[in-house]
Amino acid sequence: MPQPPTAGGEAELIRRVCGGEREAFCELVHPYERMVYVTAISVLKNPADAEDVAQEAMLKAFTKLASFRGESRFSTWLIQITYNEAKMKLRRGRPNLFESIDDPKEGQDGDYWPRDFADWRPIPSDTLERDEERRALENAIDSLQPAYREVLVLRDVQGFSIEETSTVLGVSKPTVKTRLLRARLMLRDTLAPGLDGSWSRRQNYRKVRPW
Amino acid sequence: MAEIEISCVEVWREISNYLEQDVSPELRARLEAHLKVCTHCSAVLDGMRNVVGLVADGRVIQMPEGFGKRLYKKIEELP
Repeated sequence: MPQPPTAGGEAELIRRVCGGEREAFCELVHPYERMVYVTAISVLKNPADAEDVAQEAMLKAFTKLASFRGESRFSTWLIQITYNEAKMKLRRGRPNLFESIDDPKEGQDGDYWPRDFADWRPIPSDTLERDEERRALENAIDSLQPAYREVLVLRDVQGFSIEETSTVLGVSKPTVKTRLLRARLMLRDTLAPGLDGSWSRRQNYRKVRPW
Repeated sequence: MAEIEISCVEVWREISNYLEQDVSPELRARLEAHLKVCTHCSAVLDGMRNVVGLVADGRVIQMPEGFGKRLYKKIEELP
């Protein structure tokens, strides 16, 4: 994966783009292409829509670049634009839905407790070389409700901090943490104990509840 | 001194923060004391750690090919 330039390098690239050098924009955003695409698909789920939105978000970032003041990191600013574009696209596609009925309001996420207590063995790192297993993981992420999927994708897939995730999504840090907990527990239950049971060490812990 | 006991439900509530290393030293000690003896909670923790490790793998959610090329063409074509 391409490494982003240093903050100073980025500032210089931004200055050059604003000075009219379009090629410098390509250099500036190249390291963030996947980040932008993954953010778009986390909202839209559909690869074709995600590509459209990711491209639109990049073009918007280009035209609005002079308004970037450096108060947040460039990557956070770029992802915020992408997230907003993706949400707008979603609303355009479903004009009668102002808010997803699935989305919990802040502070109303409720509790979710684990359902599966299979003992997991460490998963070998080459697991995701196999298309089938990678797709199972992507489907499991897709199956999460939007509020949980978005938090998980920003924090765990993309490695944004809790604070950056909260900025991008426009929700408080405690809400990010609550949703992250729930997303991780749900994903674990969905995946446990692996596609063919091969991820669990001892079957007898399944479906057992400790209370 | 023995750590004050903590229930499974309390452990689950904090398990994601624990993975983030975002708990106080006192809470951390109580969680670890519980995890050491509770196979269910340690299975939840191990599974969650595995899941977090898996999704962070760059191979999950792949980019469409030619994304960059299409973007740079659009940028060039802007008026």
